[in-house]
Amino acid sequence: MEKGKLQEYWSTNLKYLLGLLVVWFVVSYGFGILLTDPLNAISFGGFKLGFWFAQQGSIYVFVILIFVYVSLMNRLDKKYDVHED
Amino acid sequence: MDVQAWTYLIVGLTFALYIGIAIWSRAGSTKEFYVAGAGVPPLANGMATAADWMSAASFISMAGLISFMGYDGSIYLMGWTGGYVLLALLLAPYLRKFGKFTVPDFVGDRYYSNAARTVAVICAIFVSFTYVAGQMRGVGVVFSRFLEVPINTGILIGMGIVFFYAVLGGMKGITYTQVAQYCVLIFAYMVPAIFISMYIAGTPIPQLGFGSELSDGSGFLLDKLDGLHSELGFSAYTDGSKPMIDVFFITFALMVGTAGLPHVIVRFFTVPKVRDARISAGWALVFIALLYTTAPAVAAFARYNLIDTVRDKGYTALAEDPKTQWFKTWEGTGLLAWTDKNEDGKIQYLGPKMNGGAAFKGKPSFAEGTGAEGQRLISNELTDNDNELYIDRDIMVLANPEIAGLPPWVIALVAAGGLAAALSTAAGLLLVISTSVAHDLIKKQINPDLNEKTEVLIARISVAFAVCIAGYFGINPPGFVAQVVAFAFGLAASSFFPVIIMGIFYKKMNKEGAIAGMLSGILFTAAYIIYFKFVNPAANNADNWLFGISPEGIGTVGMLINFAVSFIVAKITPAPPEDIQELVDSLRYPKGAGEASAH
Repeated sequence: MEKGKLQEYWSTNLKYLLGLLVVWFVVSYGFGILLTDPLNAISFGGFKLGFWFAQQGSIYVFVILIFVYVSLMNRLDKKYDVHED
Repeated sequence: MDVQAWTYLIVGLTFALYIGIAIWSRAGSTKEFYVAGAGVPPLANGMATAADWMSAASFISMAGLISFMGYDGSIYLMGWTGGYVLLALLLAPYLRKFGKFTVPDFVGDRYYSNAARTVAVICAIFVSFTYVAGQMRGVGVVFSRFLEVPINTGILIGMGIVFFYAVLGGMKGITYTQVAQYCVLIFAYMVPAIFISMYIAGTPIPQLGFGSELSDGSGFLLDKLDGLHSELGFSAYTDGSKPMIDVFFITFALMVGTAGLPHVIVRFFTVPKVRDARISAGWALVFIALLYTTAPAVAAFARYNLIDTVRDKGYTALAEDPKTQWFKTWEGTGLLAWTDKNEDGKIQYLGPKMNGGAAFKGKPSFAEGTGAEGQRLISNELTDNDNELYIDRDIMVLANPEIAGLPPWVIALVAAGGLAAALSTAAGLLLVISTSVAHDLIKKQINPDLNEKTEVLIARISVAFAVCIAGYFGINPPGFVAQVVAFAFGLAASSFFPVIIMGIFYKKMNKEGAIAGMLSGILFTAAYIIYFKFVNPAANNADNWLFGISPEGIGTVGMLINFAVSFIVAKITPAPPEDIQELVDSLRYPKGAGEASAH
């Protein structure tokens, strides 16, 4: 495949990575650490929100992020015809 | 049947299962020995990765640590899961595309240099040894508690079993054994967690019970816990006491360290395709998250239950009540100790704000005889605060089933689960060590003409040495199980992660930059840790730390140093050759530019 196409594939990949990693950072370091104190003022159920992000929420989001990435990349691989088999 | 008999039965059965699998799938070729023939389905690989990676520390110590640390325990929860996002997005697919056996292979080829490969091998061995020592300790703890043998004998038994696995099975045997070990460990973790959640919060789902009202109707669990904490002089459970900068840096070091651990990375070499590498990181995190979202709930339940049980109770009353027999049992193992400082016969358990702290110096060493209330006497030097109770952190998971009054087979199950967690991780680590020695060192550097059979033989022999050294560190451990492991993460974060990332995402990174970066990163991190842990442990407090960052979090700084040094050195030295830049290109596409142009 020609170089320009591949370049395009790679920069789309980088765009996905950037977006997903921003979410990754915000839920864990943002909500779970830097902003815990203000978020702890909000509570839902028996949880303070900041504490919940640090001990539960961030982990759920991590799992979702990987599956989103997988489906984005599988589609991208097909579109640029770089998928295996 | 009593607990002892159940334990022998269940542990025996699981061992027989693992050994059966190891024999059935033993490895013949180097490809089978190192990467399981690259034929593991992604779901199975995810499970094996989860078992490989969830160690004795995750299973035995983590909930206990969180239980004592409250909010601060989040460093382990986020740190040991968030790294999988980095793995899936930044490392696994590209390394799978690269298609060799080991991380030093990648470093050596990408940086066209045997020196870089050697540095990587040394880092891999160093990191793996640090980590495996904690596993051996974990095996010893489980054996000593459940099978009533001394910790050191337990470590020796563990060494024998791990030796058998890693020598016979290679990666292929280990992978399928780990799938079984995952099932054992998650079942063993969830059963008591579900029961204790029912008992304390009235719901079978621990993740929900964590935020529920107590079943006695006295309010939300976490609110109650915060209240008890402030009453006894501890900082609030949901607030923690570490400075924010330290929490930030430790979490980062653990995340990046997870993504840089050779025994985790190598798992993604074992799947057939690039696509499989991505999805198997996802499955791995699902399987890990199951335990990791349960652990903080267990921690809170156990903490509440413990405080509620011992607070201001008379020792004799506890010892006589059949519901609190566990207190005596665990005192017997030395994981609990009580010294009646004010001689009122009651247990005072107090935190720093109520003139509490460590009840006495060091771990308990018991004297002959018993005290006025029937408690075991200790011979440690007493501290001058008012706290009277010593609780080992590991007790939280180990004692939970007894505390919740569960049947003996559940207690036996926890023993089997702890062993599964420790053994699966130890086997994965020992494999990395033996691969490093046999493949990266001897085959690639000393004797390239080595035939396959000899190479596999050498790999097996090096496992033997590795087990012995690991056993030594298990018997003479440098700290709590989880803490020892935390150091391995710092070292991985400061050495591998940056070179691999730059190897994939920065085409112009050259060998001079990579070597200088790895060396400066790991030397800085190791020096900082060794200084505070071994040379001058008395100075190990926030006043002396660099920017208030503890030795656990310093790997993040080491990583930044690694990145910075690599960049600067790469700028002032020649760019990598054309063919290396093409290699990097080919890593970036699953089907591959290189392959496409060859048609």
